[in-house]
Amino acid sequence: MSDRKPDSNWVKTWDHFRREWQIYAMLLPTIIWFLVFLYKPMYGLQIAFKDYSIFKGVANSPWIGWEHFHTLFNNDSFIRAVRNTVTISFYNLLFGFPAPIILALMFNEVMHATYKRTAQTIVYLPHFISSVIIAGIVITAFSPTAGIINTFIGWLGFDSVYFLTQPQWFRPIFVGTGIWQEAGFGSIVFLAAIAGVNPSLYESAVVDGANRWQMMWKITIPSIMPTILIMLIIRIGNVMEVSFELVILLYQPSTYETADVVNTWVYRQGLQSGQYDLAAAAGLFNAVVAFVLVMTANTLSRRYSRTSLW
Amino acid sequence: MQNWNLYSRGDKFFAMVVSVLIGVFTVATLYPFIYIAAVSFSSGFAAQAGKVVLTPIEATFEAYGYIISDPQFWISYGNTFIYTIGGTIVSLMFIIPCAYALSRPQLKGRRFFNLFIAFTMWFNAGLIPFFLNMRDLGLLDSMFGIILGFAINAFNIILLRNFFESIPQSFEEAARMDGANDFQVLWKVFIPLSKPAIATITLFLIVARWNGFFWAMVLLQSESKIPLQVFLRHTISNLSDDDEFAIVQTAAGFSAETVTAAIIVCSIIPVLIVYPFIQKYFEKGILLGGVKE
Repeated sequence: MSDRKPDSNWVKTWDHFRREWQIYAMLLPTIIWFLVFLYKPMYGLQIAFKDYSIFKGVANSPWIGWEHFHTLFNNDSFIRAVRNTVTISFYNLLFGFPAPIILALMFNEVMHATYKRTAQTIVYLPHFISSVIIAGIVITAFSPTAGIINTFIGWLGFDSVYFLTQPQWFRPIFVGTGIWQEAGFGSIVFLAAIAGVNPSLYESAVVDGANRWQMMWKITIPSIMPTILIMLIIRIGNVMEVSFELVILLYQPSTYETADVVNTWVYRQGLQSGQYDLAAAAGLFNAVVAFVLVMTANTLSRRYSRTSLW
Repeated sequence: MQNWNLYSRGDKFFAMVVSVLIGVFTVATLYPFIYIAAVSFSSGFAAQAGKVVLTPIEATFEAYGYIISDPQFWISYGNTFIYTIGGTIVSLMFIIPCAYALSRPQLKGRRFFNLFIAFTMWFNAGLIPFFLNMRDLGLLDSMFGIILGFAINAFNIILLRNFFESIPQSFEEAARMDGANDFQVLWKVFIPLSKPAIATITLFLIVARWNGFFWAMVLLQSESKIPLQVFLRHTISNLSDDDEFAIVQTAAGFSAETVTAAIIVCSIIPVLIVYPFIQKYFEKGILLGGVKE
């Protein structure tokens, strides 16, 4: 009796796979893909603790413990990259986060349907433009001699500014470009939240003689607060994820001081200078901080809204 | 609730001010594109002197003439089409069946597989291990590597799985009565019912492929394989560094600025053509994948 039970379990499992093999066949290619392209690199992360040599490979390079991390935290340019990442993210949050909310609130007040539709179509567009083109536009527009910005500055009677070579201009240009590109698209989520507000709230407010401005502050904004909060939490969870593609395209040695972020540092040290192990250690540091932030963000969002982000 | 006639004078004033502000932001969004288009049709001399503001100055097609006579432009343009079409098809061939399987309640280890896939959204090994892995797989400088190596992301799978899960069982039962297997149920029931969701994902995939730049730059060495975005990047950095080019070409009627602008225009045009068709989907799509109750 005692050995019949596992036996019948085996039979049941066998039966299950024979009947349902098709869904496993559908799943398998993707699982293999994840193993080969995303999980195998995680195994390769061990080079962060090794003296990696291309000839010895990942597995056979000697372990050296935390040495790369000691090097990193005594490296001024790495510390600067961490600081820049956090600072740029902070500015993105401060200026970039409210922009789509304000835009959505304003769209909600526009009465003329065609006007609103046209404006929306246009402001969503930059989201779909590649960072290379965005950078190309920025480089052209801010060029010292040819650029339109300096043409305007010239009209005002000032000397032209070499914007992209000066460290103090990098962050305003980068954050401003981000707002220009993403504020419109970002407003979609908030517009949807506004559309979901119970219309009877507005009706009773009209009866009470409230004006549009009061309704916006007393009804619309409190009603979309949960959405605002969740989006804020997501943003905080992504603090380490400065869009480094655009940084690579816009920065230059003279602006590293304010522009270099962790991922661009990793790119230069690893992919350009070939210090794979040290760069992998920096990437690991970034990934672990990001992971902790995202997990914290999800816990917070669960607590405040009973809505998990996934 | 939004009835213009019920608006007080103060509300009307408020609505007007908001409309004007929206107009300003819209114009500010659009202006850089107009400016770039104007630069691309201007003479090299006018562009270099910063004379272009709104319309082409000393209008000419010289810059376009220069890029269309460059074979590399056409090669990379063609490559971008290959990466976009090939990449999108390959992605869908992975994503759709996988999302279907994950939406089946009878799948054993469903929780594990979901976590296995979602985990990669929260933690990834980073640039270096990914690059070394591609190298070990022999996928450096490989068009196949670009298509396969970036075929899947967890977000798209989860988005589609959620949609599949929301399809009522009754649809499936009818097909099962007729003896349909899982492949047939997916093909004849789920895919037709999920057109909006699949269209949304297809759109995300197409845009990501069309715009893909960083990894193409890192992984591809042969000029014959690079996509348009990398070609554009090379052109921008080469032209602006090359003083001799500037002197010679300005005499010919174009400059680094006008050539850059012309390539930008050429690369945006396909996006502009597709944009009206995709617009109706992405507003729904972003909500599909966004915060759900």
